[in-house]
Amino acid sequence: MSECWLVLGASSAIARAFARVAAAAGDDVILAGRDAADLAIAATDVTLRGPGQAQAIAFDARDHGSHEGIAVRAETLAAGKPLSVFLAFGTMPTQAEIDTDWAIAWTTLDSNLVGAVSILQRLAPILEARKAGRVVAIGSVAGDRGRLKNYVYGAAKAGLATYLQGLRARLFRAGVPVTTVKPGFVDTAMTWGLPGLFLVASPETVARACYAAARKGKEEIYVPFFWRGIMTIIRNIPERIFKKLSI
Amino acid sequence: MRSKALTLSGWGRTQHAAMTAWRPERAPELDATLGAASGSAIARGAGRSYGDAAVLDGGDAILTTRLDRLLSFDAQSGEVVCEPGVTFRDLIDAFVPRGFMPPASPGTAFATVGGAVAADVHGKNHDRHGSFGDAVRWIDLLTADGCTRRISAADDPALLAATIGGMGLTGIARRIAFTMLPGASPMVRVRERAVRDLDEHLAGLVEARARSTFSVGWVDALATGSRLGSGILETAEFAPDERIRPAPQPRTVPIDMPGFVLNGLTVRAFNTLYGARVTTTGRDVARRFDVFLYPLDAVHDWNRIYGRRGFHQFQCVIPDAEAPHAIRAMLEQIARSRRASFLAVLKTLGREGRGLLSFPMPGVTLALDFPRRPGTEDLVGSLNRIAADHGGRVYLAKDSLLTRDLFDAMYPRAGEFREIVAGIDPEGRFKSDLARRLGLKAGRRQ
Repeated sequence: MSECWLVLGASSAIARAFARVAAAAGDDVILAGRDAADLAIAATDVTLRGPGQAQAIAFDARDHGSHEGIAVRAETLAAGKPLSVFLAFGTMPTQAEIDTDWAIAWTTLDSNLVGAVSILQRLAPILEARKAGRVVAIGSVAGDRGRLKNYVYGAAKAGLATYLQGLRARLFRAGVPVTTVKPGFVDTAMTWGLPGLFLVASPETVARACYAAARKGKEEIYVPFFWRGIMTIIRNIPERIFKKLSI
Repeated sequence: MRSKALTLSGWGRTQHAAMTAWRPERAPELDATLGAASGSAIARGAGRSYGDAAVLDGGDAILTTRLDRLLSFDAQSGEVVCEPGVTFRDLIDAFVPRGFMPPASPGTAFATVGGAVAADVHGKNHDRHGSFGDAVRWIDLLTADGCTRRISAADDPALLAATIGGMGLTGIARRIAFTMLPGASPMVRVRERAVRDLDEHLAGLVEARARSTFSVGWVDALATGSRLGSGILETAEFAPDERIRPAPQPRTVPIDMPGFVLNGLTVRAFNTLYGARVTTTGRDVARRFDVFLYPLDAVHDWNRIYGRRGFHQFQCVIPDAEAPHAIRAMLEQIARSRRASFLAVLKTLGREGRGLLSFPMPGVTLALDFPRRPGTEDLVGSLNRIAADHGGRVYLAKDSLLTRDLFDAMYPRAGEFREIVAGIDPEGRFKSDLARRLGLKAGRRQ
């Protein structure tokens, strides 16, 4: 049965690819984000590719007060189809930038964690009441361990992963699966030109994996899959050694 | 906006350029990208041109792959407006089920619409429908002065003629409007027939001009003597009643093959097997339209078969009157050289393109690959000479060896092109290694 995806942070490369994947499978999509002009173009693009239909709405992860209204609106726009949520917003300033300015640290926490909790808390009762739909949220392998090079972003993503565990338990009772996706390096504007990346996945690969995992109701996936092994190793390095590493 | 240091080459991987690469994700970022790029720049789509058209050693690359939105479609007129990074795969997937096909399609679905305009690509339906540029209605072109202007046959026909087939040297197309063709269906019926020699091959292709929507000939480039020019002639028509087959799974070439894999024996064996499928009486087969258009896309990264040294692709067009003679001379020289090459492609073209540097002309085109070995450049050089001597042209999207003298002889409107681009881009903001080689751009920027 086709559903309607609320894609939050829809201008990001992964979300763009996800919207196309979902529409190709026959689902409708609501593209939600800040860049209204870009989203209008994206909605036309997705609808032309089809067969699912797309529309765009304004959404700012950091404008917590607006989230109640967004949730209600999304339910209306789903027009009776199961409402599912794909959460893909976030920002990743460098640790050096974060360390020079508290405002940037706060933005990082707000856009990756607080904003996510804010919108999902508003959407949860709707999904519970409808006993339908699913939630997929983009976390990060950076949340699996605090690292010298990325610990504020990592802390936000760790918080998000923990939040999603609880939300999973809550929505499980309503038959709504919650999937945490932990991509490794993805070839997006966020990572373009950054040094030291390896095994970089395309947004299309990640999007297809997200959609497949959502359909199966998986709890947590790493994309590509081998990141689970890499992160198992990284998580198991003793802290007294790990603190000396510059990764 | 961050840039990325990349070593880029054409699809043939013969020349490698150190470039500063920018990849805007949204259309408005193009302006900032052009501002941030410090030296000369060239737009680059899928990187499927074979030679040096989309590289500029020491310069900037503006990658258009993420600017890949379909912006509008009019089911009445077939007009599509899209961003330059939209690929032929996108067009086929979105519009063939609705009965529309791209007006002209190159040999790979990975190519982009931006690239199709820049190279004024042609396809297996050129006789009937012309090249891609013929279907272009307007282009929103970002030019060297930072302005975006809408160019069409009515508004600025000179700049349009320099942009279609202009190899990206007039600017960056941010939006392209063109007309798709009606009457398409996901399946075609292909008529395959073995042809015994060049005369039969050319006669078959010429006959197909009026009779068939699509036509192409595959030549066994190793055949000699009375078998010279033998191969398989394919013509195709849409088959709307045919049951739609599922898309095949693409294979990949995971590593660069060592040079010895491709040699006279393996290629001869392949060509013999390929040719043995079909008899002179022919057969009809139903095939997916995309499989028919893009047979090589079945193997991703097939250019790695040629190993690290890469390969040259030679493609020329020879005017009809001269074609039998010139193509025979070329095939004889190729066979004599014993340089292993897979199947060569032979095709008729119907008319001149609209661009000042458009490749097509009424005639016959021959295309084939040569693994890059010592002496390959000389062989391609002498083929270029034969093409020039017979009033023909070499396709810039494939070429990396043409000299300026021969180029000027082949492209009589090159002077006009140089004047127009000097006017629109006096500093040489847009440049490629191809432009340097052929002296297409003035300007002091490196």
